[in-house]
Amino acid sequence: MGIENLLLGFQVALHPYNLFLAVIGVTLGTIIGVLPGLGGANGVAILLPLTFSMHPTSAIILLTSLYWGALFGGAITSILFNIPGEPWSVATTFDGYPLAREGRGGQALTAAFSSSFVGALFAVILITLFAPLLAEIALKFGPPEFFAIQLLTFSSFIGLGGGNPLKSLVSILLGFIMAAVGLDIVTGQLRMTFGITDLMKGFDFIVAVIGLFGIGEILLSMEEGLAFKGTAARINPRVVWETWRELPRYWRTFVRSCFIGFWMGFKPGGATPASFMSYAFAKRFSKNPERFGKGELEGVVAPETAAHAAGGASLLPMITLGIPGSPTAAVMLGGLIIWGLQPGPMLFKEKPDFVWGLIASMYTGNVIGVAMVLAFVPLFAAILRVPFAILTPLIVAVCAVGAYSVNSRMIDVWYMLIFGVIGYVFKKLDYPLAPLVLALVLGDLAENALRQSLIMSRGSLLILFERPISGAITAVALFFFALPIVTPWWRRFRGVSLPTASPRET
Amino acid sequence: MRAADVTTALVLIAGGALVIWDSLRIGIGWSTDGPKSGFFPFWLAVLLVGASLGIIWRALRQQSGKPFVTREQLRPVLDVLWPATACVLLMHWLGLYLSSALYMGFYMRRFGHYSWLVAVVVSVVFAVSVFLIFEIWFLVPMPKGPVEAWLGY
Repeated sequence: MGIENLLLGFQVALHPYNLFLAVIGVTLGTIIGVLPGLGGANGVAILLPLTFSMHPTSAIILLTSLYWGALFGGAITSILFNIPGEPWSVATTFDGYPLAREGRGGQALTAAFSSSFVGALFAVILITLFAPLLAEIALKFGPPEFFAIQLLTFSSFIGLGGGNPLKSLVSILLGFIMAAVGLDIVTGQLRMTFGITDLMKGFDFIVAVIGLFGIGEILLSMEEGLAFKGTAARINPRVVWETWRELPRYWRTFVRSCFIGFWMGFKPGGATPASFMSYAFAKRFSKNPERFGKGELEGVVAPETAAHAAGGASLLPMITLGIPGSPTAAVMLGGLIIWGLQPGPMLFKEKPDFVWGLIASMYTGNVIGVAMVLAFVPLFAAILRVPFAILTPLIVAVCAVGAYSVNSRMIDVWYMLIFGVIGYVFKKLDYPLAPLVLALVLGDLAENALRQSLIMSRGSLLILFERPISGAITAVALFFFALPIVTPWWRRFRGVSLPTASPRET
Repeated sequence: MRAADVTTALVLIAGGALVIWDSLRIGIGWSTDGPKSGFFPFWLAVLLVGASLGIIWRALRQQSGKPFVTREQLRPVLDVLWPATACVLLMHWLGLYLSSALYMGFYMRRFGHYSWLVAVVVSVVFAVSVFLIFEIWFLVPMPKGPVEAWLGY
């Protein structure tokens, strides 16, 4: 297998129609990444209803290309406007913006796009190699193993997410509870509807994503009174060429950041911490750490490489296990279900053209992406020069269109507004939103896995420990859950206090 | 900040209590074919209440710090929110295209101080392009009102 499967995938991905979709996806994605309030997850959510009538493979190619575009777009605003369009590009602003102020914006952008490309390519190559293996293993998984993986997914938000672990826990629980609202498919009973018919169908996570990330983000940026004072960047073949000649010097940073990104990224919530971690490491190992934060090209390379390696890696658990690693992957997973595909390891057996087309499109999408952003940076940057009084209502209206089109229900537009307010309040109070969305997506799956496990064991939770694979995964999950409690004790014992980074979640 | 933290946690506790009550109603135990419907939500809600109490306890031990939101900060937020709410309300009668165009035009006139011409052109272009993309190209219908009916859609 392996090579011929990938070739099959390339036949799908290089089909002119799919290439066209990839170009559209990257363009829209970059625009979405540049706009405040519209991130990758949001863009995919709003576009999802448009793909209902498409072939699933073409649809996923459009959406993953959009994802890559959004990742690229985030870099543009961070470097030229000092506004991170996405949380994982915060670290890019540290050196990117100073470089742009020095008039070296072209170099910074080239470095950012090239490192994004390298990071993503690294992740995609690893996905190509490991996805079939992981899927093979996952085929043997039963309900206890799947529930254990769910536990691991959410424990890593609590143990590794930074911030307040209790608030992460609340977000997760809230997501699961909202997922349970409505008809219980197993018993046919109505839950938490309190006699309200509109609640019978429950909450759609796509609407939640649009509200929490879209409207919430807009409200937040209105409050901060954003004013875009951008620097202009000239980017031409000469600048690109000269930067490319300089980049191989940072090969150590590239390699390190790739691994950090991939390792952090295939666990949930990874891209943002990965970018910060990679930046910190690059500074630590640099010969001139004092230059960091003042306009060091390496300070752009490190976070961008890691963020994109993480962004790519977050798709690995989605295609092999059916468990998304990021909100964007979660929305795509929702798409899979809507297109009539069963996410999980069986996809590799049942729909090889879909899986391998998707993997191959990650290569093509990235090549198209890096070429397009390098060529059209000024155009994309010009979007932020559109006055806020036009952008704001435009984004709100687009969100409303997206929310309605998911199920053609007016109530969803109301939910979107409510989720927007919740998103605004939660963001202000440091409740992470990503675990909430993931829990909302995975709620039914997790509950069914738990139920079936309990039925297998006649009601004993010990079944999670009795089977070797699920036992090991559960143990790691419990370790992560315990981490926030153990760490302060450990530090007091060791007598050191390390600064904790608490970046915003992806 | 502290007051907002405590209030939010209290709201969560109230929600959790509601879920616990509903789960108890439909049963949290074991039936012939496995756990009853209330089993999973019940334990989730119990944990939710517990975690929220923890948040309150931690918040009360801290200094209050800066306020959650100042009046100057809240104004632009409400300026987005209340016309948006009005717009969604209008959608029930006027459909999505007209009300979102009205919303955009209103926002641009009121907060952007654009001329009538710019406001009308931008909002009409928006509504027409959404119509073309969703309704015509991708066949995703949006809510429509009397104006669309009058135009024959």
